[in-house]
Amino acid sequence: MPRITAEDLHRLREEGLRRLWPTPGKLVVGMASCGLAAGAEEVYQALSEETGSGWIVGKTGCLGLCAQEPLVEVRFPTGLRVVYGGLDGEGARFLAHAVENGELPREGALFWMDGKGPVSPPPALAELPHISAHPFYRTQRRVVLGNCGFIDPLDIFEYIATGGYSALVKALELAPEEVIEEIKHSGLRGRGGAGFPTGRKWEFCRKAKGSKKYVICNADEGDPGAYMDRSVLEGNPHAVIEGMLIGAYAIGADEGYVYVRAEYPLAVKHLRIAIQQAEELGLLGENILGTGFSFVLHVFEGAGAFVCGEETALIASIEGRRGQPRPRPPFPAQEGLWGRPTNINNVETWANVPHIIRNGAEWFRSLGTEGSPGTKIFSLTGRVRNTGLVEVPMGTTLRELIFDIGGGPPEGKRFKAVQIGGPSGGCLPEELLDLPIDYESLTEAGAMMGSGGMVVVDEDTCMVELARFFLEFTQAESCGKCPPCRIGTKRMLEILSRITEGQGKPGDPELLSELASGVKEASLCGLGRTAPNPVLTTLRYFRDEYEAHLAGKCPAGACRALIAYHIDPETCVGCGLCAKACPQGAIVGEKGKPHRILVEICIRCGACVAACPKGAIGTA
Amino acid sequence: MEGKKDLREKVRELLAEQASRSLILLLQRIQDHFGYLPPEGLEEVAKHLKLPVSRVYGVATFYAQFSLSPKGKHLVQVCQGTACHVQGGRAILEALVRELDLRPEEPPKSGISVEVVRCVGCCSLAPVMVVDGVAHGRLTPERAVEIVKELYAADNR
Ligand SMILES: Cc1cc2nc3c(=O)[nH]c(=O)nc-3n(C[C@H](O)[C@H](O)[C@H](O)COP(=O)(O)O)c2cc1C
Ligand code: FES
Repeated sequence: MPRITAEDLHRLREEGLRRLWPTPGKLVVGMASCGLAAGAEEVYQALSEETGSGWIVGKTGCLGLCAQEPLVEVRFPTGLRVVYGGLDGEGARFLAHAVENGELPREGALFWMDGKGPVSPPPALAELPHISAHPFYRTQRRVVLGNCGFIDPLDIFEYIATGGYSALVKALELAPEEVIEEIKHSGLRGRGGAGFPTGRKWEFCRKAKGSKKYVICNADEGDPGAYMDRSVLEGNPHAVIEGMLIGAYAIGADEGYVYVRAEYPLAVKHLRIAIQQAEELGLLGENILGTGFSFVLHVFEGAGAFVCGEETALIASIEGRRGQPRPRPPFPAQEGLWGRPTNINNVETWANVPHIIRNGAEWFRSLGTEGSPGTKIFSLTGRVRNTGLVEVPMGTTLRELIFDIGGGPPEGKRFKAVQIGGPSGGCLPEELLDLPIDYESLTEAGAMMGSGGMVVVDEDTCMVELARFFLEFTQAESCGKCPPCRIGTKRMLEILSRITEGQGKPGDPELLSELASGVKEASLCGLGRTAPNPVLTTLRYFRDEYEAHLAGKCPAGACRALIAYHIDPETCVGCGLCAKACPQGAIVGEKGKPHRILVEICIRCGACVAACPKGAIGTA
Repeated sequence: MEGKKDLREKVRELLAEQASRSLILLLQRIQDHFGYLPPEGLEEVAKHLKLPVSRVYGVATFYAQFSLSPKGKHLVQVCQGTACHVQGGRAILEALVRELDLRPEEPPKSGISVEVVRCVGCCSLAPVMVVDGVAHGRLTPERAVEIVKELYAADNR
């Protein structure tokens, strides 16, 4: 393929549209990591084997509704798209047969949508909701995720068909300063953590002295329980590349890196393929689109260290050193990679850029709130029915997200808290569910936007134990450079551990808050400065649970040292399954008669609870 | 097992294939090949990049991905990230210890190494375990034990 010009993009668009909307139709399988873990490969194989008569079987990224994976979309050239969920090999075969016979089965159908302007709903599925009436999607606004679950991420033509790389063309017709002005005017703020205004960051870097400059995409996504960036890279890698191209042009950089965490092999693979395709078309490399602008992009695979998400540690890591942060200033915009001015943005930040350039800053500002324009992707996980990836306008409330979209906790359990922002964030209680999601509101409540991880917990989760869990994480991930973080998190972890082990002392909560403020103030980088947040927020909103532990009780029944299992003799049918499951031999009883737990040797592993078919075992 | 001399030879070969002079990338390639970082490998990398061995060792021990001791033929990574934690990830790990005597971060047993990882990005399907690169979601302790037993069975076939 020869190098292309702006006019050629138009032609490629036609080709992409043919691939997106083939005749008689296309069966598209969601094949991102989450889909694969749920069995999408088997579904894809089954569909491929079963289809003849011209139907094409294709792949796409994550549609967001991960709880219903594997997902398959039946796509017609008219623009009609019908999405099916929860398929296995057999279900896929059935679907393929039906579709080839011109039928759309009711079973497994989740919703329908229109992909090219209005179409009529499928007559055979009269009661099937349109996506705009589906509870999971109704209030979502999928901008950055718009192409995820639609295009084949490994086909640059399909990306181009959806308007891809037209923002680059537009940006290259502007002066770099005008591009920066547009981003500034849009009010876009960093999606990777602190929410720094992106346009201003670009401006610093543009104005920094030096002829050699770098741009970096931070895809380290260290928050354990968040996967927005993975899904964007897997499902729409060209959007990130296009965003970086525009940023590089605006800043005056000619080289860039995407730093991807080691645990995301599929994202790395998709990104590498996408980069190669862009290079082949001349959208990356020398003299892009004949404008004289040049940019090369590398992929750097991380090696497993949470702290490398911090920008100066990330730079150290690319330079081949231990990933330890350094004091700022100098900021990377002044002195970054190899000492050169460097601009670092998060995956989602970069992926927003083409949309802003294409649709204008005013359009972007019309989404979200005054202070936090645009949308934000959250990964909604934990104890909610509809786990998945959700993109909503900023300003949406937590309640809308967790209950309307997420469907609330399953099995009639009671909502207790939502943990936002991962190890740097906090746990917010029910009273704060009407909080609008924007940078300032969350920070004020003691949490933070972070990257967008949102883990819901219900009555069965102990908040002290959850705080201990996060401290265990940050303590292990502390790079060890500065003592407040290295030693402070260790001491905090010790206190939290002893509280959950029933060894807490009076005054421990006070000691924890005192230590927490010390660590927060004195640590070198954001890791230490935010590590106390999970502890501080649980102390603030769930103080009673701390007090209960000190009094020898775990209200959630989760801390083993503070609970004892017992079998309800009324409910027990004496089947003996619990005794069989018990690794300690701590359960005795005659067949057919109520059994009993020997508390002295019980290690409270909970194996009996899982084994009991009657739900007769509980905590006292 | 390759002898020490062959090992150095192989490392040099691997290094010669790489255009990059990035320390982390070179260590990754060596680990890809051997399954871990042999001490001789670290020395060869140091020579290749004209760095003190201590620098290379410092980097190799900083990052969780690098292992200085050999791993088993199979790698079982049990996720203990937040989403997996609140959905019962600990019970998965405990079942492997209890039923199969497989403990994380111990030398491999019957060719199986168990590792704790902190999120593999499949949080919506928690709890999750990755076996030889393939993620399994919505696990129960029983299912996890079964999956590992299938590895034993496949090896003895
Ligand atoms: C401990 C720590 C971990 C971080 N991890 C990430 C991360 O995984 N991804 C990310 O984009 N930013 C992360 N950040 C924030 C980055 O330092 C940086 O602010 C961000 O990449 C800037 O991009 P943005 O302005 O587009 O948000 C982390 C910060 C700290 C202190
Ligand atoms: S927390 Fe286990 S996969 Fe994310």
